[in-house]
Amino acid sequence: MQVSAVRYADVLVVAVKGRIDYMNAEEFKAALLPHLANCAPGRDQVILDLSRLEYVSSAGLRVLMIAAKEVRPRKGRFVAVSLQPVVREIFEISRFTLVFDLFDTVQDALRALSPKAAAMSHTG
Amino acid sequence: MRVRFWGTRGSLPVSLTAEDIKGKIVEALLAAAGRNLKTRAEIEAFVGRDLPFAISHTYGGNSSCVELDIGTDEHVLCDLGTGVRPFGLDVLARKGPRTPRTFHVFMSHLHWDHIMGFPFFPHAYLPGNRIVIYGCHAGIEEAFRGQHAAPCFPVDFSRLSAKIEFVKLEPGRRVRHADFDVTPKLQQHSGDSYSYRFEHGGKVVVYSTDAEHKTDDVASTHEVVEFFRNADLVIFDAMYSLADAVSVKEDWGHSSNIVGVELCQHARARHLCIYHHEPVYNDAKIASVLQETLRLEEITRADHTLRISSAYDGLEIAV
Repeated sequence: MQVSAVRYADVLVVAVKGRIDYMNAEEFKAALLPHLANCAPGRDQVILDLSRLEYVSSAGLRVLMIAAKEVRPRKGRFVAVSLQPVVREIFEISRFTLVFDLFDTVQDALRALSPKAAAMSHTG
Repeated sequence: MRVRFWGTRGSLPVSLTAEDIKGKIVEALLAAAGRNLKTRAEIEAFVGRDLPFAISHTYGGNSSCVELDIGTDEHVLCDLGTGVRPFGLDVLARKGPRTPRTFHVFMSHLHWDHIMGFPFFPHAYLPGNRIVIYGCHAGIEEAFRGQHAAPCFPVDFSRLSAKIEFVKLEPGRRVRHADFDVTPKLQQHSGDSYSYRFEHGGKVVVYSTDAEHKTDDVASTHEVVEFFRNADLVIFDAMYSLADAVSVKEDWGHSSNIVGVELCQHARARHLCIYHHEPVYNDAKIASVLQETLRLEEITRADHTLRISSAYDGLEIAV
């Protein structure tokens, strides 16, 4: 499991690669939460790019819930994009589709969150 | 071994309403429209073959009670929810009121929905019967005596005619009772609950209800996986969706279908039976949870196939 981040203006795109299960969920939590530290209106907006996430277990979803709960009181925007079919079904079965705003692509989310970031991603 | 489910509903007994029954009849007649169903046999075949379970049947509404039948003359139960009432009536019908019976009951915990059937268990009122109630909680006898006391119930516990014994078990300590090797395990639930691993004749059944398996701690998850290891059947509290279980209903003491599938896959259990259904769920909703759980097993399967069922009052599983 790997977590990496790229910034486009006020948007941080955090990409997750590999598999998350109960064995590495804590590692995922430690890697993800620092990227959400400034997620709040007027500061960062965060897009979780799951295009290379192959599998997520309940322990990984719990981390995503912790992250969502941390951001929600600050009214920060934290969305998920590009779910692979298996991960999308896991989101649906677990009802995590009700927790996150989901977009098909990073570009779709950038356009919805920040036109400035979307423009930068094209030129960058 | 045969496992019979007499009560499968979580938290509170429920029943179908008049409107629920009408809805099922309407759906059944719609499905039958245009078919040439004239005889009872043709209609029964249609109902059994062509109607979805949630239309032709119901998951039922009695609270927790499961029977483990290994063909001996004594009866083994898990929990004494309202399902014990139809169980007792069935035993009476089969054996008659004058044949003394022995019942061994393993209690997950003492919350109301798990003990509320006992005052309506006919054998408790019949002399000659012996009821042995096993559990790990310190106050188990007081809980049973308390629900019989005024103003909760008109018949005091002291007036029950059966011989009733209480046996304290220790979590993690394997003991032999009623021809089973039984191991209790502490679970996370308000006031604690205990799962049981029953072993008999090379077969293993795990009864794990009212348990919040959080899977956020590697060591405790390993413990649960080992407890479930190679079980032929795991009866599992899957009351909530995962999103609810880790947010608004966190620490309410129940698990999800997702966690049930994961634990059973890790443990290489053969059969997961989702149990302790949310009382607000209707039959269609429980059926859809089953379909989603089947699909989850399919898309996450590695080299081990896990059979999935959804418990209903009246279900019998051969182990």
